[in-house]
Amino acid sequence: MIIFQNVSKIYNNNSHKMTALEEASFNINPKEFVSLVGKSGAGKSTIIKLLIGEEKPSKGRVIFKSYDVNKIKQRELPQLRRHIGVIFQDFRLLPNKNTYENVAFALEVAGRPQSDIKEFVPQALEMVGLKNKIGNFPRELSGGEKQRVAIARAMINHPDLIIADEPTGNLDPINSWEIIRLLLKINELGTTVVLATHNKEFVNYINQRVISVENGRIIRDEEKGKYILE
Amino acid sequence: MITTFLRIIKYGFLSFWRNALLSTATLSVIILALLVFEGLIISNVLTKTALTSLQEKIDISIYFKNDTLEDDVLKIKKSLEGLAEVKKVEYISKDKALEIFKEKHKDDPAIKQSLEELEENPLLASLNIKANDPQKYGIIADYLDKTDFKTWFEKVTYAQNAIVIERLGKIIDTAEKGAFVLIIFLALIAILITFNTIRLAIYSNREEIGIMRLVGASNSFIRGPYVIEGIIYGLIAGIFSVIIALPIIYFLSPYIQIFIAEMNLWNYFTSNFIGILIYQLIFGVALGVISSVIAVRKYLKI
Ligand SMILES: Nc1ncnc2c1ncn2[C@@H]1O[C@H](COP(=O)(O)OP(=O)(O)OP(=O)(O)O)[C@@H](O)[C@H]1O
Ligand SMILES: [Mg+2]
Repeated sequence: MIIFQNVSKIYNNNSHKMTALEEASFNINPKEFVSLVGKSGAGKSTIIKLLIGEEKPSKGRVIFKSYDVNKIKQRELPQLRRHIGVIFQDFRLLPNKNTYENVAFALEVAGRPQSDIKEFVPQALEMVGLKNKIGNFPRELSGGEKQRVAIARAMINHPDLIIADEPTGNLDPINSWEIIRLLLKINELGTTVVLATHNKEFVNYINQRVISVENGRIIRDEEKGKYILE
Repeated sequence: MITTFLRIIKYGFLSFWRNALLSTATLSVIILALLVFEGLIISNVLTKTALTSLQEKIDISIYFKNDTLEDDVLKIKKSLEGLAEVKKVEYISKDKALEIFKEKHKDDPAIKQSLEELEENPLLASLNIKANDPQKYGIIADYLDKTDFKTWFEKVTYAQNAIVIERLGKIIDTAEKGAFVLIIFLALIAILITFNTIRLAIYSNREEIGIMRLVGASNSFIRGPYVIEGIIYGLIAGIFSVIIALPIIYFLSPYIQIFIAEMNLWNYFTSNFIGILIYQLIFGVALGVISSVIAVRKYLKI
């Protein structure tokens, strides 16, 4: 479903070059749960940005389903992104929309009818346990609640892939475990999940495929892997 | 399609409403810009009226020798009317001149009496010439200087007033050009300020725009509500700008009439109210929409 072929990414900021990813190659199949681990600055977020077309690779090819991500036109990017639900460390909710509207937004951008929205949004909020916060704006929610809104938004379109970039980075342990359990549940329901994290406990608990990144290189890729670094 | 369109409209209104403070600030700036435009429309009308009234006062008069036949004068009149530069030629006969003179001095008994003592009408027949353009009096004067009819002329007033007329012509011309440059300049400033205000408002939404892109919103779906908001701004500001102008013009109108007698600004404004309103609405909406579209473009590249 996802193919990275010798992908390199060099950031070019005011003549200062920074190689964030070097010759990365891997495949991810449908229904997998993949943990992307590595130290801060290793290149995890870069891999994710390349996957959703937020950045273009300097070399190599990134393929998601039938999309050749680096060749895709700016106008077609929204199509691709509607197949992917993304969860970020800093939540990235729309500040001027309440919980319901934030989740509904993902359906609206896909042009789905109002009846779908009325049916699916409450279901998704039910699943993440936020039915009682429907009218609250992001500023009125705790970090854990915000992240659960983000998860509801990410899965509302029934995407083929959910990407979570350190979704627990800003949360306390209890809320973090809650998020990890939600991701596992989403994966059990048949969605591919890619989780970038540097939390050893979570990776070992999940006990599925682990891709380890160090200094922009993929140094290990194991089924049923453990968090092994340093 | 329709659903998406309705959503865009809904979000336009929602964004306008939820960011009430920012909307009010932006709205105030657009109202100010539109007031500048309105001032420009009005000052344009004022200069035009002032200029025409000045131009009306410039002319050339030919006074004919006492023995000139009326037929000859009319022949000259005809030939002058054939000139491209000439707008109007008025014939004032000896009798008519006397009549005008009497009317003018009817309250002066001394002149009245001395006129009655005269056996013969002392005034001369004349042709009064008006040019299309105050710059053209020189050409007409040249023509009069070279013409064969010249022998019948007693005097041509242009010779006496030449310098004044020419200078006035230049002043009028410069004033028109200057006003035009000033109008363009002020309009540019107003547009720039409005654009900058809207740009700042959208700048504060740049993260939101980025998030929308990442969630899979198309550019037109993101841009749409800003366009709607621009339209709302334009419409409200347009209406406000004419309402605010009403009392100001009512107050200023009498003072303006002192300077330009032909100009009743209040009447002008009220009788052209709908036209000005439509003009302002179009201006406001164009300003709001174009600024929004340009400002939002930058953040749609994610
Ligand atoms: N836009 C950018 N311009 C320049 N350099 C960048 C940019 N984004 C990332 N980098 C650099 O690329 C390298 C990899 O960054 P990346 O964000 O992929 O790391 P990460 O593994 O996600 O780290 P973390 O765990 O802290 O999120 C880092 O050294 C970072 O400084
Ligand atoms: Mg990162």
